[in-house]
Amino acid sequence: MKLCTRLICAATLAALASTPAFAAELTGTLKKIKDSGVIVLGNRDASIPFSYYDNNQKPVGYSVDLANKVAEAVKKELKMPNLQVKYNLVTSQTRIPLVQNGTVDLECGSTTNNAERQKQVAFSVGIFEIGTRLLTAKTSGVKDFADLKGKNVVTTAGTTSERLLKAMNADKQMGMNIISAKDHGESFLMLESGRALAFMMDDALLYGEMAKAKNPANWVVTGKPQSFEIYGCMLRKDDAAFKKIVDDAIKATYKSGEVNKLYSKWFTSPVPPKGLNLNFPMSDVVKELIAKPTDKAAE
Amino acid sequence: MNYHWDWGIFFKSTGVGSEIYLNWFVSGLGWTIAVALAGWIIALALGSVLGVMRTLPGKLLPAVATTYVELFRNVPLLVQLFIWYFLVPDLLPTPLEMWFKQGISPAASAYLSVVVCLGLFTAARVCEQVRTGIQALPRGQNNAALAMGFTTAQTYRFVLLPQAFRVIIPPLTSEFLNIFKNSSVASLIGLMELLAQTKQTAEFSANIFEAFTLATLIYFVLNMSLMGFMAWVEKRVRIPGMMGGNK
Repeated sequence: MKLCTRLICAATLAALASTPAFAAELTGTLKKIKDSGVIVLGNRDASIPFSYYDNNQKPVGYSVDLANKVAEAVKKELKMPNLQVKYNLVTSQTRIPLVQNGTVDLECGSTTNNAERQKQVAFSVGIFEIGTRLLTAKTSGVKDFADLKGKNVVTTAGTTSERLLKAMNADKQMGMNIISAKDHGESFLMLESGRALAFMMDDALLYGEMAKAKNPANWVVTGKPQSFEIYGCMLRKDDAAFKKIVDDAIKATYKSGEVNKLYSKWFTSPVPPKGLNLNFPMSDVVKELIAKPTDKAAE
Repeated sequence: MNYHWDWGIFFKSTGVGSEIYLNWFVSGLGWTIAVALAGWIIALALGSVLGVMRTLPGKLLPAVATTYVELFRNVPLLVQLFIWYFLVPDLLPTPLEMWFKQGISPAASAYLSVVVCLGLFTAARVCEQVRTGIQALPRGQNNAALAMGFTTAQTYRFVLLPQAFRVIIPPLTSEFLNIFKNSSVASLIGLMELLAQTKQTAEFSANIFEAFTLATLIYFVLNMSLMGFMAWVEKRVRIPGMMGGNK
């Protein structure tokens, strides 16, 4: 009996202690943002049109707009209208450690959600879905991956396309020479300068490179997609409260249809810095992702 | 920090053929050594010629060598690499350009560019050491050789260079290690040497710290072994009674 009362007593005390202090009981990223008055968004320098710099060296892009929707939601949640939004440039090598060590709170760029990365970080619901395809000259005669037997093919180092291409080369004994360039711009340079016949990459990024070309009409995106990948925003693991705000903010733009405006702003209208138009209509996989948001990896 | 450590990653499948990540590091190390050694041969040969040129009497030859050194030492290595890889091939006659871009494999064209680049860059540094090695010798060595009727070529071949090269082994060791470390620039033109394989492993596995830790260890062990080798060479060629040789 005595034990019982003691338990009840303890439970009541605990309840009393926690209820009035509820607002202050923030944990993880939300607590960090509340304490510092700053939310840090990771941005990329050249992931067109997801996250890159405009003429004023300001981060812009489809993913940056979505990240700012999240920042707005955090402002509301924490009742901090003066919350400062800071940007921190990340590269494909630094983005995971910088999220993990607390330098960056949320990284929305062009980061694929996959099983390996899920061991290190958490992902928001998907913000985009791409297929991995080929960019080639219209005159090259390349229609699909099978046409690349024994040819030079370029892809960007460290991407899923690189892994797929190497696996395809080994499995089907295609005898391709695979060039791993250091970034998408350099990959396109390899293609343009005739070192490679085709450039394999995420279709959205291929449209971005094509738009930058001297004569976009000379190039074509072709081939059956070898994989589909969902891009997500990265945040720290095991932070359910922050993840809920991130997911809800992104889903809200899907539900209200605002995402369509964002899409046409970045994919079917002229974008900075040069006023180029990607002319990349929304694919069926993106439509499906918006209808049924998921934070799982593709496939 | 919320990091998922996994030191077993090196023995896991890469998803490409039947390779594990460790295979990538081994092949990367092979390319690193192949780039550095070939570059070093160019650097040592050209650097010695230029170093001698800088100490020759007359005006023209020293001026040519000095210009070379200033040019190659004052342009960043990475800029030089991009010039050799992207610009120079476009200036070649068309058949040679096509051979370089499409006739040989992409790995071979990247390899050629980086070997030439590192060789010429390091030659400028070797040149300076050879020059100081020669100038560090007592003037009497040169004068005595000439007085005995040696030609200039013979003076260098039999009197000056054998002594100068022994004197500069320690700074040359440092350049020798540098060329191994500098070879990592090759990763930026798509040659899959050690750093490129490390970055690729980090990207594919998302185990970034493990990948870079292993690369650090490999570079460290490689350079320590090279230092040991050069110390052995220095001891081996030492002449008792000569500069630095009386121990």
